[in-house]
Amino acid sequence: MKSHSNISERIIRPRKGIKIDFVELWRFRNLFIFLTWRDILIRYKQTVIGIFWAVLQPLLTMIVFTIIFSKLAKLPSNGAPYTVMTFAGLLPWQLFSNALARGSESVVGAGNMVRKIYFPRLIIPFSATLGALVDFLISFGILLILMVYYGVTFRIHLVLLPLFSLIAVFAALGASFWFSSLNVKYRDVKHITPFIIRMGIYISPVGFMSSVIPKKLQFWYSLNPMVGVIDGFRWAILGPQFEPYWPSFWISLIMVFLLLVSGAYYFSKFEKTFADVI
Amino acid sequence: MSDPVIIVQEIGKKYRLGATIRHDTIRDVLANGLKSMFQRGQRSLSSEDTPQQGKKQRRRDRSDFWALQDVSFKVDQGEVVGIIGRNGSGKSTLLKIISEITEPTTGEARIRGRVGSLLEVGTGFHPELTGRENIFLNGAILGMSRTEIKQKFDQIVEFSEIGKFIDTPVKRYSSGMYVRLAFAVAAHLEPEILLIDEVLAVGDVRFQQKCIGKMGEVSNSGRTILFVSHNMDTILNLCSAVYVLDNGHISEKLDPQEGVRRYLNKDTNSLPLSEHPRFQISPGLPIIHDLSISDSRGRKNIVTSAGSVRFDITLRNLEALNGIACAIAITNQHHQRVVYFDTRHHANSFLKPCDTVLISCYVPSLPLIPGPYYIDIIVSDRNSVIERVEQAAQLEVVFADVFGTGRLPSHWQGHLVLLCEWKAEPKLISIL
Repeated sequence: MKSHSNISERIIRPRKGIKIDFVELWRFRNLFIFLTWRDILIRYKQTVIGIFWAVLQPLLTMIVFTIIFSKLAKLPSNGAPYTVMTFAGLLPWQLFSNALARGSESVVGAGNMVRKIYFPRLIIPFSATLGALVDFLISFGILLILMVYYGVTFRIHLVLLPLFSLIAVFAALGASFWFSSLNVKYRDVKHITPFIIRMGIYISPVGFMSSVIPKKLQFWYSLNPMVGVIDGFRWAILGPQFEPYWPSFWISLIMVFLLLVSGAYYFSKFEKTFADVI
Repeated sequence: MSDPVIIVQEIGKKYRLGATIRHDTIRDVLANGLKSMFQRGQRSLSSEDTPQQGKKQRRRDRSDFWALQDVSFKVDQGEVVGIIGRNGSGKSTLLKIISEITEPTTGEARIRGRVGSLLEVGTGFHPELTGRENIFLNGAILGMSRTEIKQKFDQIVEFSEIGKFIDTPVKRYSSGMYVRLAFAVAAHLEPEILLIDEVLAVGDVRFQQKCIGKMGEVSNSGRTILFVSHNMDTILNLCSAVYVLDNGHISEKLDPQEGVRRYLNKDTNSLPLSEHPRFQISPGLPIIHDLSISDSRGRKNIVTSAGSVRFDITLRNLEALNGIACAIAITNQHHQRVVYFDTRHHANSFLKPCDTVLISCYVPSLPLIPGPYYIDIIVSDRNSVIERVEQAAQLEVVFADVFGTGRLPSHWQGHLVLLCEWKAEPKLISIL
């Protein structure tokens, strides 16, 4: 039995205002690690081809996109192999959409835990979105193989990829904060996210390049937080002829930031009522 | 005793009833969220609303419901404190606030020490994961560190009696195995303060006995326990003090005997029996005056399954009547009569006319399954009922190990606990 003096006292009272308690988050890092680990463990349990799904999905999408956009719509690819160009766009998109899909369902999915134990709820969407990185890393391996196959030069800019991946995760996290907390009260969300994911791929530069967007639509187009990330990805992989249109890139990045901050704000405002409403 | 480890001051918890989409459309929420993001100070959405929300506010007030109001109490270190109350009296809400699952609307609580609870047995178990994986995961959820779980891993496995199934996904476990594993993890958590909600502790009687045994062990090691229960027997055996919750209000600190007595009387009428509402064939002075129920140990309104019980009834104002009979009916919580005792079932049992009569009915064995029961008293003359009081008292039947196995029928299996003997050829074997 520990002596009394070294036991911290916890004060429970109605919280006023919004504060994200980082100390508290750190205290629960262990739980965070375990939840992420659980998500990864169970993802491919009782599937026949297991982790191979993470390879198959982007691969098939890439083939379809290459056929539709390159062979049928004959969109330009600035001289790069169309397959690699598409795949370079698909990677961050897949990361984002996987993370978002997991993230927005996460709090309701963890309802049992939310109702029965205390921990900072931010951990839930956080660990759910991070789980998507595993699939991403596998797909990334395929990209490297494709690059070798098509003889794409490995450029120094590749070191920027972790940064861009992180931004994609942040975008998904921001959206997940919003959707997962809204989902607690309004289950409409689970119909909205698949829609966003399905539509998003057509308004993001996955199968095409941002340069095909008319100038007057450029601003509205770059409000999509994923525009900057995908353009950045492509630029880092394929070289200077894919250099992003920078104003557009920065607008998109600002959108990611706004999404993240407003999401975290809304989430922590609402989280104290999760256990009552879920 | 040392300093209090739990101090609860004027805690209140307000819920909005029927909190449906009626008032908050998703559009409202988005608008409010954005608005208040830019205008600090204007609060929205949470359970407390600002006055400036005008009409909406007033409309909401009507559907507000206080699950707890002005709840204050203290628990000293090493104390075992019981909290009793009917379903919906706010017990679980109180535990949820103390374990920080939900936030109080008013007041504050100070907790010193690590809080663990047995209300979360099996929380976070994932059916696809193996027993081993779930032990680690569940341990982390309950707040154990990795090294702590590793240290206790073997003990947990042994306690759970899972053995070689430890690497099988828990979805293939029987429900018994599942609960045993879940409990084993929770039981090896070593919090300074243990919260137990018995209502949520599922499982058979044997498992519940195991829970109770563990509690005894924990309290002997000097840790503090806050125990919510419907089982009066457990409360009386384990607790050093009791609080009674009633409609969100808490009593002062009570001696367990007194607390249980108050709880049992609270549900029926708190008026003396002579003032209870009653059926009378023709209006007149009340006849049924008093009822006292005691078991062999002299405890009031409590009897163990298959234990003995005595009903003492006082009748008055009988002068004008030409002989009466008296009956006692026991009804269960679904208002079904399960037992009926009637003086007329015994020879020559009419009472002579007089002013006051004391009737006592001794039942050597009342073989009812544990649970709350109500007592109706019926007084008749030779032809018909002349007075009847329904729910004149409550009787709590508590668990007793009638068969010596720790198991009894449950309330959905029947009403009675009767002795019987089983034989089979070839012999019955014990699988547990």
